[in-house]
Amino acid sequence: MKCRKCSNKAVINMRQHKLALCKEHFPIWVREQTERTIQKYHMFNKDDRILVAVSGGKDSLSLWDILWRLGYNVDGLYIDLGINGQISYSKRSQSLAERFAEQRNLFLHTISIPNEYGVSIPEMSERSTRGREKPCSVCGITKRHVMNRIALEGQYDVLATGHNLDDEVAVLFGNTLSWKSGFLVRQGPVLRASNDGLVRKVKPLCRFYEREMAAYALLTEIAYIYDECPFAVGAKSIYYKELLNRLEADRPGAKQNFYLSFLKAKANGLFSLDADSQRKDLHPCLVCGQPTTAPNKCTFCRLVESTSISS
Amino acid sequence: MMDKKPAKLILREQEFIIPAGMTLRSAFFKVDLQPESYLAIRDGEMITDDEILQEGDKIILIAVISGG
Repeated sequence: MKCRKCSNKAVINMRQHKLALCKEHFPIWVREQTERTIQKYHMFNKDDRILVAVSGGKDSLSLWDILWRLGYNVDGLYIDLGINGQISYSKRSQSLAERFAEQRNLFLHTISIPNEYGVSIPEMSERSTRGREKPCSVCGITKRHVMNRIALEGQYDVLATGHNLDDEVAVLFGNTLSWKSGFLVRQGPVLRASNDGLVRKVKPLCRFYEREMAAYALLTEIAYIYDECPFAVGAKSIYYKELLNRLEADRPGAKQNFYLSFLKAKANGLFSLDADSQRKDLHPCLVCGQPTTAPNKCTFCRLVESTSISS
Repeated sequence: MMDKKPAKLILREQEFIIPAGMTLRSAFFKVDLQPESYLAIRDGEMITDDEILQEGDKIILIAVISGG
């Protein structure tokens, strides 16, 4: 198969776009498409200060690389979750994120959950009713809280995450199966900032398949953590992604169509804002001041209070 | 007559033996893997799934799905 741009040997064929590209043209195409997505959804501009959340994985490091190469003003944020075990997951992820930043002379904030809050994510999860079976829920709550906090403290205009189209479609599929209307209303490439303390969030990679982001990382020689988080084994999102890839093999473009037609339907008013009951009830947490729907204290502050060593 | 040497798909610690002469895409389906979930590397270069597997090929598969 030949590259559409130069007729050299293609290294990737994107059946949903009917487009095959070589190792030189594919990374260029990814950066051009990212810029188009940024413009299309009015995510940010060259004057904005952007904070990109990096996990050490292929998507977030690729996003940081792309934004930096496109000339955006972008710093990184790594959150040490204290998930180590046999594969030293957090330690290795952190060192990859640090090395990435050093090589490009970029600034990386590092926040250690065990150091700041006295407990690691696995410990927090074991001590909480919310995470006894799996720490993913506790981990998500913690990351969202810390990302918002650092973005606000650092006066960043926007927080960018490396969610790709497969991530978005897996979430959409899960929420559609049980018609979680509030989540459906809130899902999209941009989450607007609110005056009550939520930073603007954007997903510039939301139109790329996961396979394309892995290819970008490989072809631009980004060293990323290949091992999966030890707690992700058996995760529902992975199961949904595998199912959707089965569908994609038979019907190229099925994932893309599901996501883009959802966004279109939403823009055309399919989902009423009233479906999102949470948005109306936001008030500041008495401890941290971040907006919450929970009475008095936010879920994260209650989690820390109930699981810290002193309690 | 000597038998054709097969090709191998290598995914982490797993190895799948595939007859040479088959396309990579057909090989994926033969071992019940989804082409969309992997990248394939031959001799250090990414390859597309229309490539025909040659005798003795060692194809490294990179899993692309992450989640949690």
